[in-house]
Amino acid sequence: MPSADFQTHPVFKRGVLPHIRLLIYITICVVMLVADLRFQYLESLREYLATLTYPLRAVAAEPVKLVGNATKYFSDLADSQFKHADFERRQIENAQRLLRFEYLEQENEHLRKLLGMRERVRTHSVSAEVLYSVPDPYSRKVILDQGKQKGVEPGLAVVDAEGLVGQITRVYPIQSEVTLITDRNQSVPVQVERNGQLGIMSGTGQGSLELRFVLADADIKAGDRLITSGLDGKFVPGLPVAKIESVEHDTGAFARIICQPLGGVERSTRVLVLSRAELPPPPPDPKTGEPPLPLPLATKREPGEEGD
Amino acid sequence: MQITNRSTRILQPTKPWFVYLSLFVALLLDYIPTGEMSSVLPDWVALVLAFWCIREPLYISMGMGFVLGLLVDVGSGGPMAQHALAYVVLAFMANSLARRVMWFPALLQALHVLPMLLIAQALMVGVRILAGEEFPGWQYFLSSATGVALWLPLTYLLLLPQFQPVDRDENRPI
Repeated sequence: MPSADFQTHPVFKRGVLPHIRLLIYITICVVMLVADLRFQYLESLREYLATLTYPLRAVAAEPVKLVGNATKYFSDLADSQFKHADFERRQIENAQRLLRFEYLEQENEHLRKLLGMRERVRTHSVSAEVLYSVPDPYSRKVILDQGKQKGVEPGLAVVDAEGLVGQITRVYPIQSEVTLITDRNQSVPVQVERNGQLGIMSGTGQGSLELRFVLADADIKAGDRLITSGLDGKFVPGLPVAKIESVEHDTGAFARIICQPLGGVERSTRVLVLSRAELPPPPPDPKTGEPPLPLPLATKREPGEEGD
Repeated sequence: MQITNRSTRILQPTKPWFVYLSLFVALLLDYIPTGEMSSVLPDWVALVLAFWCIREPLYISMGMGFVLGLLVDVGSGGPMAQHALAYVVLAFMANSLARRVMWFPALLQALHVLPMLLIAQALMVGVRILAGEEFPGWQYFLSSATGVALWLPLTYLLLLPQFQPVDRDENRPI
């Protein structure tokens, strides 16, 4: 009879059995997956690990940058001259538009005051460079070289010279992640520039965009431009987003509308992060010396009281 | 330790620092943003992890897979623990098949590793499909094939420090 207090010799101890350990690890992983995908609880852990591995990832991104720079260096002279001429032409075009813009903005502000409307929200912007696209094959995201330190926040719009490119979805201390508008899970509230028809635009994951939930008999045709409506409170209204490529009306209650992005989504290397910055506190009124009324009250002021 | 269990050549014992260094380098290689090429290039961490799980099942196992998986997840931008789950299962499979795999020559070892890598990738696809994404296409699984094709050179590369002789002869350094 073996005695009840028989014990294994420590040499033969194996610890927890591998199957049990596997089960424990799988449980931990599943819990983490659900916590991250469903509830976004793990953002702080991700941020911590991202900061920890930042030097490693920065080093790893170097060879790709090197290849990019080398291709740029060896691109031929004619190409550079062509680009230069193109930039000069654009510069002149933009200069005259800018000159008019200053004047129009003043006029617009004046008219808005006369109508008793709220002043347009001013924006501030951060220029950033696209470092690389995220390796995850399921999503269309890129990493920018500016982060929390430069005032980048989740939810801000990312544009290039032609139009909207994406939205900031994650911010790390030195980098930030942009979900491009072509990503399947990215939606932008838009309106048709021609007639103001509202809609929600989503990515298809294949490089094109789809305007969803627009009634089949709506006044929309191929060639219309879509701009942000600003109804989400995050994007500045009026940013160009996409051009409608095809409209199919006979697909049930809603039309099937395919659009192509205007901005260089997945191509542009220099982008601008636009934020709807809060207005700076207005200077005190020179006549009374009192600070002006806060904005919600200011909208109710009579037009005659405007002192300019 | 031999190259395979049938080999008569006795190698030097594995150096722990070299194991960790190789895993670190694999992580660095995984962090290189390769864009469109990423479905063709092998998953270096999975490959090196499987290698050490087969060679040293007592030292490298699921815990290492879990930690490496989390680090890869941060770089890939996917959901947390997606790679961790795949690597834990991969490490478990490699650990439990280690005794068998070591009896085969390197090319047949590679055939054992291929299904392990495929199962790990299929797990990741499964997780993403459950999360509501679309199937990324069959070319996604190509990276397992290229990884396995590299198994033989990788074996000799990672065993290099163990090929050194015990008594170093000053006149014949190799």
